[in-house]
Amino acid sequence: MAETTHQAFDPLATGSHARQLRAKFTVYALLVFFALLYLSPLVIIFMNSFRPLEEIVREGFISAPNALSAQYWVEAWSSFCIGGNCEGVSRYFSNTLIMTIPATILSTAFGVVNGYALSKWRFKYDTWVFGLITLGVFLPAQMTLLPWAFVLGKIGLSNTIGGLVLVHTVQGISFTTLFCRNYFVAVPDDLIKAARIDGAGFWRIFRRIMLPLSPPILIVCVIWQFTGIWNEFLFGTVFTSGSNQPITSAIVAFSGSGTGERHYNVEAASVIFAALPPLCVYVLGGKYFVRGLTSGAVK
Amino acid sequence: MSSLLIKNLRKSYGSVEVLKDINLEAKSGEFVALVGPSGCGKSTLLSIIAGLESVTSGEVLIEDKLVNNEAPKDRDIAMVFQSYALYPTMTVRQNMTFGMECRNIDKATQDDTITRVAALLQIEPLLNRKPGQLSGGQRQRVAMGRALVRDPKLFLFDEPLSNLDAKLRVEMRSEIKKLHQNVGRTTVYVTHDQIEAMTLATRIAVMHQGVLQQYAAPKEIYENPANVFVAGFMGSPNMNFFSARFVSSDAESGIALEGGDGALLPLPDGQYDHLTDGQPVIFGVRPEHFNPAHEGRAARKGNTSAVVSVAIEMDEPTGSETILMCKIAQQEAIVVCEPDEAPEPGTTMAFEIDMSKISLFDPSTEERL
Repeated sequence: MAETTHQAFDPLATGSHARQLRAKFTVYALLVFFALLYLSPLVIIFMNSFRPLEEIVREGFISAPNALSAQYWVEAWSSFCIGGNCEGVSRYFSNTLIMTIPATILSTAFGVVNGYALSKWRFKYDTWVFGLITLGVFLPAQMTLLPWAFVLGKIGLSNTIGGLVLVHTVQGISFTTLFCRNYFVAVPDDLIKAARIDGAGFWRIFRRIMLPLSPPILIVCVIWQFTGIWNEFLFGTVFTSGSNQPITSAIVAFSGSGTGERHYNVEAASVIFAALPPLCVYVLGGKYFVRGLTSGAVK
Repeated sequence: MSSLLIKNLRKSYGSVEVLKDINLEAKSGEFVALVGPSGCGKSTLLSIIAGLESVTSGEVLIEDKLVNNEAPKDRDIAMVFQSYALYPTMTVRQNMTFGMECRNIDKATQDDTITRVAALLQIEPLLNRKPGQLSGGQRQRVAMGRALVRDPKLFLFDEPLSNLDAKLRVEMRSEIKKLHQNVGRTTVYVTHDQIEAMTLATRIAVMHQGVLQQYAAPKEIYENPANVFVAGFMGSPNMNFFSARFVSSDAESGIALEGGDGALLPLPDGQYDHLTDGQPVIFGVRPEHFNPAHEGRAARKGNTSAVVSVAIEMDEPTGSETILMCKIAQQEAIVVCEPDEAPEPGTTMAFEIDMSKISLFDPSTEERL
């Protein structure tokens, strides 16, 4: 790896001993401060998900827990009432899952094929096609709301998970195409020429030559699409309602509804459920994400 | 029978014409080198032969079959690329079988072919490695192996040696020549290196700015270049070009260098009778056709040499020969001579020019006279 080939210059290891200590202390103090600052919401929510409601009400939201209980997690998952539906977040969680997984796979698959075709084959108006596809990257989602509502209504997919899969697949293709096309551009054209002379066609070249080179960018696409679609809120809120909503839209109910007492602990657990999958993906896949975006296709 | 025939070929990208009316023919088993400076269109021509680029007008025939609209895979060709273009995720063996797999050749035949070609190129120990684990020379061999597993009508080479270091390049050059002698297939070889072209080819096509300048055997190209470009491009160091005039009177005739003392350099009999008195010419002499003047050598050579006075300005000893930067009749010149005969810089010395090997060109058309 490149990191080990040279010793990085360490500015903290220069000057007098006192200066080095002072410099190190300052840097680490700042790092710790900002780390705590950014982590505090997660920590507070996490702690509240274990605290009894009376304790939260009595001692306030920010306080160390006295008695811990996992029952609020169980309640949040299976029996908590959200928007009049008392199945907990499990229903919305699975809604999101059956929306996110197909949409991620489909948009990535289309993106890889698009990227391959647009980077390695010349056809009439190919730059226009690429330009129009990537225009979607810059198009605000709000602008697409009305056209999508019209289309979903026409094809009978209003208020369905299937409808959201369609919307996210199409919206996602812009990103995946852009990622894959830019990645494949770095693959030497001579490889394609050699394969064409060898007698391979469009799909065989894709399957045998491009796809084996693709894992880094596939990982980028999957992580990007999975987290993006999971966290997406606008389409879910506008196009679905009731028990068909994805989890991000469903937990909006926590913010409104003035009636009844607030179950801060159960709500905290629900929110963590909603945030858990993208969080795991970031933690587990972050390294590959950066590697895929920065590495070339052929070394 | 001609293995490859190119008739009135033109290629344009938009309004830019990169190939202008190319006519080329390769007989079966011939080794044709396409040579020229970068941007001369030689690689485009090769791509067109391979079917990777379309034709704007004209015809390409492989073994008398028109292939203008045939896909590369249907032309029965094999190609070696400058970048080798080995499939990076496949092993050497898979690289070589990929083409056969695409053509649905059965497994047993594939194995036999691999064994044969791997033995021929001595790459058996590499068969299970990936291209990334090979050195430049090994990749080059594998790339040739991938071409050889197919028994094509035409081998195409696109500057295959330019990514190798100098020593390896010379080794691989002679291997390619040996290979061509063994396999005996018609080969088209693109290079910008005139030495590669001279050593390998049975015929050389010199290209410049999309125009085929001359297509002939290496010896013919070297001895009788068709124009100033070919003369200057082929041969190292470059041919010297002097501006001069043809002078003819009853008493004597010959070439008078501009800026010289007016002495006439006699031309060989019979060859230049079409020149007229006072006609300006470009007088071309290769650096190796100068020899230090010795008593009696002129007579020994059948009086075909003429003596000029050479003012040496700088020398470049290469070991086997010494290159002299000098002035002849106030004009820049390069002369090559044996190291032990080399004069000191700053001196003036008499050299003989072998007049049977000179070239004369028309200054306006730059064509051979």
